[in-house]
Amino acid sequence: MKALVSVKRVVDYNVRIQVKPDGSGVATDGVKMSMNPFDEIAMEEAVRLKEKGVVSEIVAVTVGSAKCVETLRTALAFGADRAIHVVEEGEVQPLVAAKALVAVCGKENPDLFLLGKQAIDDDANQTGQMVAALLDRPQATFASKVEIAGTKATVTREVDAGLQTIEIDLPAVITVDLRLNEPRYLKLPDIMKAKRKPVENTTLGDLGVQAAGGLKIVKTASPAARSKGVMVKTVDELIAGLKNKGLL
Amino acid sequence: MVGQHAEGKLDNGVAKVVCAAKAVGGDIEVVVFATAGAAVAGQAAAIEGVTKALHVDRAENEHPLAAVLAPQVVALAKAGGYTHVLAAGNTFGKDLLPRVAALLDVQQVSDVMAVHSTTSFDRPIYAGNAIVTVEAMAAPCVVATVRLASFQAAGTAGAAAPVEAVSTDAQLPAHTRFVSLAAQKSERPDLQSATRVVSGGRALGSAEKFKEVMEPLADKLGAAIGASRAAVDSGYCASDMQVGQTGKIIAPELYVACGISGAIQHLAGIKDARTIVAINKDPDAPIFEVADFGLVGDLFQLVPEFAQKA
Ligand SMILES: Cc1cc2nc3c(=O)[nH]c(=O)nc-3n(C[C@H](O)[C@H](O)[C@H](O)COP(=O)(O)OP(=O)(O)OC[C@H]3O[C@@H](n4cnc5c(N)ncnc54)[C@H](O)[C@@H]3O)c2cc1C
Ligand SMILES: Nc1ncnc2c1ncn2[C@@H]1O[C@H](COP(=O)(O)O)[C@@H](O)[C@H]1O
Repeated sequence: MKALVSVKRVVDYNVRIQVKPDGSGVATDGVKMSMNPFDEIAMEEAVRLKEKGVVSEIVAVTVGSAKCVETLRTALAFGADRAIHVVEEGEVQPLVAAKALVAVCGKENPDLFLLGKQAIDDDANQTGQMVAALLDRPQATFASKVEIAGTKATVTREVDAGLQTIEIDLPAVITVDLRLNEPRYLKLPDIMKAKRKPVENTTLGDLGVQAAGGLKIVKTASPAARSKGVMVKTVDELIAGLKNKGLL
Repeated sequence: MVGQHAEGKLDNGVAKVVCAAKAVGGDIEVVVFATAGAAVAGQAAAIEGVTKALHVDRAENEHPLAAVLAPQVVALAKAGGYTHVLAAGNTFGKDLLPRVAALLDVQQVSDVMAVHSTTSFDRPIYAGNAIVTVEAMAAPCVVATVRLASFQAAGTAGAAAPVEAVSTDAQLPAHTRFVSLAAQKSERPDLQSATRVVSGGRALGSAEKFKEVMEPLADKLGAAIGASRAAVDSGYCASDMQVGQTGKIIAPELYVACGISGAIQHLAGIKDARTIVAINKDPDAPIFEVADFGLVGDLFQLVPEFAQKA
């Protein structure tokens, strides 16, 4: 069984981002970049399935600038066998990413396509669902447990009401949630080995995908700041403060 | 608008999406997909601002599965000449709407928090640490999920709008099947619509302590209980209680964070809380930067005292 995993390069989750004063976006120059944390979970799941003998080959894919090759190297260090880089220097919105990923699926025919449930930069939470729609295949979003048996997968999903379990036929798209697994720490030998694994380059044009269209970003602003609060010394003071505001 | 429902009850979020739809303007039609949806469509028809409620009744609509609902939404959207397709930005809408958007070949707008015009919206990125204003293309239509914490619920209409049964000829896939739903039954208010929420973090230390310390305070305040990711990951409480960037985004009148450090991912979920109370033993915890009332000390003493005296 072949697994495709998409990985996106994003500002590291520990960074406190800064909005550029001219409203043109978020400052990313000199900022620490990492693999989207959900994509690490997707990679980890693929590697565990390979270790269990369910998956035989893992292909990692990204759509983005030349620098995104770092993210593919991280995926290869996790245990991907090879990688595909759809090089695009401009902004890539979810529908364009999804079309590129669908084109890659057309060449690779994966049985399982694992993505993060959301990228922590755009917080869109769309790409996996769009890929599944365009492939006309099942989607299991927000997965916290995945079991594969033959040509079916049983997936437990974190939904607002609790935990929903669905059964889907493969090939299928699964987007992963936080509690699916805990990604491993990468070891130096694996990072070294990753440097020798193959990365294939392609472009949106090669794949027949148009980058145009989508949403126009008019401006980027900082959120309204909260007004400064007070420190209270005792529970009595807290209760008095809340009563004062009509909250108790 | 796609209206979510369960066990015969329309979801509370629908009235908030109606509020956002009113800001867009025009007629507002809510559709519910069910096995027999007339009654639940009736609840949608009673929301102020709704001009019509539709129900599509099919055996396949027993459980909300995006792969089954999406072709039906797409068929309706194409046939009805709608300018906008909206749903709540909860796990239902987030699962369904991108699938619809892709089939309509539209780039979706996620988590609309303000409406400027029929095509211009604000939405949060980077866990709400930046807000972008986007301009969507009007054709073929705008597809958007609505950030529930940003809108008030529309009220009840004086006279209910008409309810209509509709059908589509959409082909539905059999590749996705519902197995089960393990729902937390609780007498407490629903986390997403509660006016008061008390949340516990990693500091609670165990599931037993989480219950023992947080429940009396929730009972006293009539509050829903939430949690940080660390508390959920450590197994102190259920996953549907997680508040934050990747959990629930809430906007209660009162939020009480107990033993939560205030990571940006957690704060993303409480930015719209009217009043934030933080109880934490570390005076430098980032949660105090956003708290309206901060109390430094041991939560195992302070929270029970708060519960007793409140
Ligand atoms: C991709 C991604 C998504 C995430 N999404 C979310 C999300 O949606 N929601 C979320 O919450 N987190 C999320 N996180 C995790 C987040 O970064 C933090 O790790 C998490 O919020 C920490 O939880 P905590 O505050 O309970 O634990 P900690 O950070 O460990 O804080 C515990 C706090 O308790 C205090 N404390 C300890 N003992 C006591 C005591 N006896 N009395 C009083 N105070 C005490 C400590 O001073 C400390 O401040 C996400 C992370 C990533 C990478
Ligand atoms: N440009 C991209 N390259 C690779 N994967 C992507 C890209 N954009 C989105 N994805 C995948 O889709 C998931 C959800 O992203 P989003 O829909 O942007 O929230 C991410 O976790 C990635 O797995």
